[in-house]
Amino acid sequence: MSSLNGKVAIVGAADTEVGVVPHMGATQLCVDAALRALDDAGIDKEQVDGLITCNSMAEPYMYHAEAIAEYMQIFPRYCLGVGTGGGTTFSVLHHAASAIATGVCDTVLITMADSLYSGLSKEQAMAMQSSTGHQQFEIPYGPTVPAFYALSGQAHMAEYGTTPEQFAAIAVAGRKHANLNPAAQKRDIITVEDVLNSRMIADPLHLLDCSLISDGGSAVVLTSAERATSFKNPPVYLLGAGEGHSHEHISQAHNLTTSAAAESGQRAYEMAGVGPSDIDVAQIYDCFTPTVLIELEDLGFCEKGEGGAFVENGNVELGGSLPINTHGGLLSHCHPGNPGSMFALTEAVAQLRHQAGDRQVQDAKVSLVHGQGGILSSHTTLILGREKH
Amino acid sequence: MADHSGKNFPTPTKETAPYWEGCRNHQLVIQQCLKCEYYQFYPRMICTHCSHDHMDWVTVSGNGRVVSFTVIRRPISPAYKAEAPYVVALIKLDEGPTMMSNIVECEPEKVFIGMKVNVVFEDWSEGISIPKFVPQK
Ligand SMILES: [Zn+2]
Repeated sequence: MSSLNGKVAIVGAADTEVGVVPHMGATQLCVDAALRALDDAGIDKEQVDGLITCNSMAEPYMYHAEAIAEYMQIFPRYCLGVGTGGGTTFSVLHHAASAIATGVCDTVLITMADSLYSGLSKEQAMAMQSSTGHQQFEIPYGPTVPAFYALSGQAHMAEYGTTPEQFAAIAVAGRKHANLNPAAQKRDIITVEDVLNSRMIADPLHLLDCSLISDGGSAVVLTSAERATSFKNPPVYLLGAGEGHSHEHISQAHNLTTSAAAESGQRAYEMAGVGPSDIDVAQIYDCFTPTVLIELEDLGFCEKGEGGAFVENGNVELGGSLPINTHGGLLSHCHPGNPGSMFALTEAVAQLRHQAGDRQVQDAKVSLVHGQGGILSSHTTLILGREKH
Repeated sequence: MADHSGKNFPTPTKETAPYWEGCRNHQLVIQQCLKCEYYQFYPRMICTHCSHDHMDWVTVSGNGRVVSFTVIRRPISPAYKAEAPYVVALIKLDEGPTMMSNIVECEPEKVFIGMKVNVVFEDWSEGISIPKFVPQK
């Protein structure tokens, strides 16, 4: 397989207003994100010849990408609407990069949005999300999405002695970063005690161990490395990409405490020719706090079982050895469902352009972005760089 | 029969009907490979261990242990309100496969990883009985 390392770059990246955005529907947010990313790239919609979207729960279309293309009156050569969850966005970046590298198209717009907060009732949002469970063999038992992830967190505690305080440290870090991000949905500083004192949702997950329910959209523009230098902003290069897929339903997982992030990470590192110690800033999918801890281990930032100690003492905060989720993550910035990890991608771009303001990681050169979907099921790791290697 | 209306009833398929038929008779009936004797759950057309395409249906012990669990404080829907807080657990059967279920007839605080459990059946309707697990006596 020929490598994608250095072949494509992100030349536009932008988010819509996020959080509670009742004045816009999911389709509008999707188009708004697209327009902002095109503006950031400094190009017109006519220059887009590839379009990728994800479906919306609030305003679904059977042919979502085609519907967005029609709405915007763009006529792409490559058009793909994806239906899966949080890791979706990263997988499609991988696919978009392949399409560009093989000459299928030149300029791909990836735009994703949903309005889970304003576009659905709380009950609808809960029911839709828990439908990820198996209709016959899981759903009858009344599990919620937090419950699925709690099974993994509880197993990690039993196997490695990980504590609720250590899970909480991840939420505290995210909130500290969101406090520096004017766009974030939740910005008030929290402590470990605040997390532990928040309502228990599904043991060991407290309310503040769980990500938000939000409205919002986010988009990027991708093109070939050759063309990438002629845009408004400096390019951010794709250095590595890898996927790993281990199961769909958590009751079928072969391991509750090690995920296919181990494989996706290894594949991305190999393509990029870098390792965990080369990463200056990481965006780690944080639907729930234990997810982050397991991914950090599987991506090689610490040994298996040592994630708890790794996230303590501000180590994953700005100023620590590995700042993560510098925008606030799904826990504090926003989580509109399927588009969730797009915001991690646009944040990585901001960090590598050195445009992240108060939350800028000094001299950031290489960033890792990790997304997962299902219940620790489907993983994609990207490594992005300020320069081609 | 207690009122289970509004709960998330499973919809058996051609492939899973023998499993649900077993449940209706209060027996845990899962697949075993006719070639390599591997037990698997959920039901499939092939043995995931050796790819053999003839699977037998066998009644298993219903004994297992808790691999992980969580306590759900806020029920998924009003139909589950009466039993909240309830325990959702993964149970590894003595024969090998893992399945999701509820641990019942036990205080949620008393459930632990490694706990030995055995199957019981909860009748939800004429046609549907749901396997659940209780602590082994
Ligand atoms: Zn077999």
